Amino acid sequence: METFEPWSVARAEEIIAAHRSREGALLPILHALQDIFGCVPSAAVPLVAHALNLSRAEVHGVVTFYHDFRPTPHGRRIVKLCRAESCQAMGAEAAGRFLLAALGLAMVEPWGGTTADGAITVEAVYCLGLCAVSPAALIDGEPLGRVDGMTLAEAVGVEAARA
Amino acid sequence: MIRLFVPADSAALAVGADGVARAIAGEATRRGLSVQIVRTGSRGLAWLEPLLEVETPAGRIAYGPVKARDIPSLFDAGLAQGGHHTLRIGRPEEHPWLARQTRVTFARCGVVDPASLADYRAHGGFEGLTRALSLGPAKTIEAVTASGLRGRGGAGFPAGIKWKTVAEAPGEMKYVVCNADEGDSGTFADRMILEGDPFELIEGMAIAGLAAGAKTGFVYSRSEYPQANRVFQTALDAVRADGELGEFDIELRIGAGAYVCGEETSLLESLEGKRGQVRAKPPLPAHEGLFARPTVVNNVLTLASTPWILTHGGEAYAALGTGRSRGTQPIQLAGNVRRPGLYEAPFGLTLGQIVMEIGGGTASGRPVRAVQCGGPLGAYFPPALFDTVYDYEAFAARDGLIGHGGVVVFDDTVDMAAQARFAFEFCAIESCGKCTPCRIGSVRGAETLQRVMDGVEVEANLGLVADLCHTLKFGSLCALGGFTPYPVMSAITHFREDFLTRRKSSLPTRAGEG
Repeated sequence: METFEPWSVARAEEIIAAHRSREGALLPILHALQDIFGCVPSAAVPLVAHALNLSRAEVHGVVTFYHDFRPTPHGRRIVKLCRAESCQAMGAEAAGRFLLAALGLAMVEPWGGTTADGAITVEAVYCLGLCAVSPAALIDGEPLGRVDGMTLAEAVGVEAARA
Repeated sequence: MIRLFVPADSAALAVGADGVARAIAGEATRRGLSVQIVRTGSRGLAWLEPLLEVETPAGRIAYGPVKARDIPSLFDAGLAQGGHHTLRIGRPEEHPWLARQTRVTFARCGVVDPASLADYRAHGGFEGLTRALSLGPAKTIEAVTASGLRGRGGAGFPAGIKWKTVAEAPGEMKYVVCNADEGDSGTFADRMILEGDPFELIEGMAIAGLAAGAKTGFVYSRSEYPQANRVFQTALDAVRADGELGEFDIELRIGAGAYVCGEETSLLESLEGKRGQVRAKPPLPAHEGLFARPTVVNNVLTLASTPWILTHGGEAYAALGTGRSRGTQPIQLAGNVRRPGLYEAPFGLTLGQIVMEIGGGTASGRPVRAVQCGGPLGAYFPPALFDTVYDYEAFAARDGLIGHGGVVVFDDTVDMAAQARFAFEFCAIESCGKCTPCRIGSVRGAETLQRVMDGVEVEANLGLVADLCHTLKFGSLCALGGFTPYPVMSAITHFREDFLTRRKSSLPTRAGEG
């Protein structure tokens, strides 16, 4: 389980300063900000733009292009469930449906979401490179293979009775 | 002291390898035994993971698939001496699945400690770089050209020609960029090298740098690969501290979840800190690549093959393979298959041998219905095409591709119309948005296939899809839009019945359900 720091301009500027002289510094900066704050807050955009001599629009464009960068932190736990072909062939969709139902999340596209209490986020990903142990998921960054709905629910501490 | 080997490969971790390592340490303490647990990469026999190995006078003896709760009984059975147990496999090298392979790029993977430079050197590490240093750039490029090595990322462009182009391009500042953005579903060979033999990639990049005249290398990996990134960074730090690479330096960069950044120009944009949008070619990256400098962009497997080529000579590599596909291909077997994993073999097997003999058919025990080769942009092959020879040209001749070497098996419960629609949906999710055929065509394609699946003007709509695929194939800037027609049209061509007669009861609402 990850814990994040509250937003702080001083802290953000410190992070930006640590990376700004690198070649192609924008992605490393955005990753570093998200590692600390759990997201890339919109308040960070002008700071990054100023440091790299970019327009705010350019930075916003990059932040929103990549699936990883999020405007608000995810839940206290995060399940990234693979929905690509190898995992499809081994029942990933059924496993995902079970998990979403167990968490009370709607089975609509875009797929996934965060529980109302902010405890758990479920996200679709397209390949974790764990295709030889499909279906697979990353739970708080830890790989889990040969999953089904029950093992996923258990891994995030949801009692099967809720399903 | 008992030496034990437990993989720390992501796929092994995903099925409990850390728990096995902890159980061994705990059990050894209880029994007052002294053990050393080496965390290796994976041998690639994924259905046997976690695969535990023990060093004995008769060589390493393997057990698998091992669960943490098996550890006490393994010690009771005389694990230290390679004692008999129901999980005992014997010497891994003699296991038929490994014995029949030709391990070139993956020779050390699963064998060595990926954090140990000493182990790497003891297994022939840096011999290729030493050879390249004595040959000089021109002869190094000649060796790679003579090997016939083609880009293993999927495009299959001859590596030697690319290196020569960069070497001859004017300019002081040049780069080597390793494409480790392995986004194709069903592929994991790059990850296995990063986690199992990272020094091999580092050595390959140093050879490329020497050949092309570049002093800076970047590895662009994925955020979905946390373990690979940790292991590779550790290896990189060890090499830097050691000074083996001299002036050449490598930096690991992590993408941010965009599939399209596996396309080389999009990857370069991303490395520069921009949106990962595809560039129009020309100019080629070899002339104007990263920061508009001449740049070698090669896949992990391409670069990791070069130390062996330099050590053994280009001709030795070229002696393997078939037709214009020389050397070995690390085939990645995945999906609904009995024996999934990494199988390195010279080009020239048939698809049927790969799926049925090596893979053992489906995991579910049901008949094989379709095999998708080459990732999400690769064609679906029916068993009727199992005689297709695994090489670039033979696959192209049957409207398919080898791509990065992924082979994903589906049994007869698969709904091929849903798979075709998923190909369009995936393209829509991952499109960089720069060109219209991909950005809009993918969305319209998914909508049109939905109408087919709903039974609305089926023939007319299938005609529209075929027309749209033609536009995507010839009008897109890169392979994302350009290759999406492969899975779509192969599904329509070989599995037309799934589009014509929709059974209401099995109508999935989204891709892959059923």
